[in-house]
Amino acid sequence: MAPKVGLFIPCYIDQLYPQVGIATLKTLEHFGCDVEYPESQTCCGQPMANTGCTNEVGPLARRFLEIFKSYDAVVCPSGSCVSMVKHHYDEYFTDNPEYEALKAKTFEFCEYLTNELGIDKLAGRFPHKVGLHQSCHGLRELRLASSSELRIEPFGPARALLESIDGVEVTTLKRPDECCGFGGTFAVAEEAVSCMMGEDRVSDHEQAGTEVLTALDMSCLMHMSGIIRRQQKPIRVMHISEIFAECL
Amino acid sequence: MPAHPKLATEFVKNKERAHWHDQSLWFVRSKRDAASGQIPEWELLREQASKIKSYTVSHLPDLLEEFEKNANAKGVHVHWARDAKEHNEIVHGILKQHNVTKVVKSKSMLTEECHLNPYLERQGIEIIDTDLGERIVQLQNKPPSHLVMPAIHIKKEEIGELFHEKLGTEKGATDPQYLTEAARQHLRQKFIGAEAGITGVNFAIAETGGFVVCTNEGNADLGTSLNKLHIACMGIEKLIPRANDLSVFLRLLARSATGQPITTYSSHFHGPAPGAEMHVVLLDNGRSEIAGSDKFRRSLNCIRCAACMNTCPVYRRSGGYSYNNTVPGPIGSILGPAKDAKEHSSLPFACSLCGSCTDVCPVKIDLHHQLLTWRKEIRVRGLLPFSKRLSMKMMGWMMQAPRLYRFAGKCARAIVPRLPRFLLYNRFNAWGKQRELPDFPKQSFREWMKKNHDNK
Ligand code: SF4
Repeated sequence: MAPKVGLFIPCYIDQLYPQVGIATLKTLEHFGCDVEYPESQTCCGQPMANTGCTNEVGPLARRFLEIFKSYDAVVCPSGSCVSMVKHHYDEYFTDNPEYEALKAKTFEFCEYLTNELGIDKLAGRFPHKVGLHQSCHGLRELRLASSSELRIEPFGPARALLESIDGVEVTTLKRPDECCGFGGTFAVAEEAVSCMMGEDRVSDHEQAGTEVLTALDMSCLMHMSGIIRRQQKPIRVMHISEIFAECL
Repeated sequence: MPAHPKLATEFVKNKERAHWHDQSLWFVRSKRDAASGQIPEWELLREQASKIKSYTVSHLPDLLEEFEKNANAKGVHVHWARDAKEHNEIVHGILKQHNVTKVVKSKSMLTEECHLNPYLERQGIEIIDTDLGERIVQLQNKPPSHLVMPAIHIKKEEIGELFHEKLGTEKGATDPQYLTEAARQHLRQKFIGAEAGITGVNFAIAETGGFVVCTNEGNADLGTSLNKLHIACMGIEKLIPRANDLSVFLRLLARSATGQPITTYSSHFHGPAPGAEMHVVLLDNGRSEIAGSDKFRRSLNCIRCAACMNTCPVYRRSGGYSYNNTVPGPIGSILGPAKDAKEHSSLPFACSLCGSCTDVCPVKIDLHHQLLTWRKEIRVRGLLPFSKRLSMKMMGWMMQAPRLYRFAGKCARAIVPRLPRFLLYNRFNAWGKQRELPDFPKQSFREWMKKNHDNK
């Protein structure tokens, strides 16, 4: 039977980047998932948690559990929101088996494709130099790829998926996985440093010849695309699910 | 004191310098990557180091007593200082007893923490920092901006200027070799004239009562062997249980700090030379309180290698002074608020939570998690600015009411695209200063779903 997937679309994707939600949905359905989008979902509470306002997070965490607990899997096109649910909800649930189960079945989109559905190759053609931005939360909290600081066997299934697409050339960066400087409220509270970080990331990609900048997280891309558009750089920005969906 | 964002903005204003600073430190981080890559068991070493340190921190009282006993047996005088004031008074007391008026010091962040230099100077004692970088910042009357490279933020042209003014070198000279030679001659005079040497401590060994000081310039050896009085100042967390543990840390320290396989000089001190005196001052200054806190205990594992600074994208672009704390960077942003949460309430937010510090730390301190925990603490202690609290409250409130959330989104999508640019991009919109806002789409994902998916 097809797995019943609860689609977790973070609030800012819902409101600002519907095409990312659509691409995620299409890809999952293409690979045979029975996808449902629970209408009453809003936000995982990450902005509040990152500001230290944990009182505001509790009700959202409990809502989240209620909304999503009945699915076989919860899939989300954003590593950082997944990390919020999996790593930062503990304090709102003590010995709650439903939450423990939810943790184990909540996945970032690419992780779900590779680890759960066992997909390691994508059909289609995308003849571009693609720059993969390694979003920090996916990288160092969810361990969706190896980070450059650790001395371990390198791995990165999302990158491998990208590379499996005909015509894709993933560009090589000087700093493979430095933070883009978004960091949620950091982007506003530390505007100067945040923008310099973003600018530096963009120019690393520019020098590497990136034509299409992609990531597993739309928030990093929102920040970098803001800089790219202000500086009118010739780089297209796409969430990784949009690339996948285009190749179906 | 201005908060981090303000000081960081000042630093970033000089883009060229900020880039230069970022690149110098990234260079060190790359050297660290290469050096750690040479050790197949690197991750194992980190694990071991972390375990040893955690053990030490949870057995501090016993281990400190063991250290004191063994040090005493070697003829070392051990002193206990509760805070910076006591520490400085003890040091001054020892110097006074020996009628010392000229002291050389090898780099020690602990004495920076206690503001020992100005204190001793007020007592009429000349105290000279002998680490080249430290001497440079001392001549500028500034504190170090980095743990192991105290003058990393200063360009060689500026050093040339400074040396010309203070040491009489040729005007306009920038050749590092020439400038270093001038500093060496100047310091040599100071070494010879000094009556006592003060050093920090990198590792003190409970089992033997000895301690180790790591320097790249050999200044700790010079400063302590040319005279008869050596005072070593250490934080109580600098202890390790056994001599055997030392190899783990010496392998990790230099590689993490500068990418060297080992620090040029690792000087082992086990008691005074005949006719000389050796003192160790053990400083608490809030450390035992951190040791008692489940949330922040692990920050005491720190061996002050500065790898977290070199890797931190915020530190690299905002400079050490933007933290306004003796220890800057990620670890400083934990230790700072632990000392004075009000004074340093902006530091836990000077972080994009990228987690690079946690992965780079040789003793596996979960730095970015502790920073996040500090944010909660700041909120709980009522130190979060009202504007932030209010906006998060409102957001939390809206997100609990799906209909309100949908309505707000709909309004924004209808209104924002029609607004004239000056209403969107002005000084109230920090996002829009250097970035475009995303284009607001015609419909939200949920609206699309309703129309195109659910009714299929
Ligand atoms: S926290 Fe870790 S990385 Fe940072 S200075 Fe201390 S030991 Fe080094």
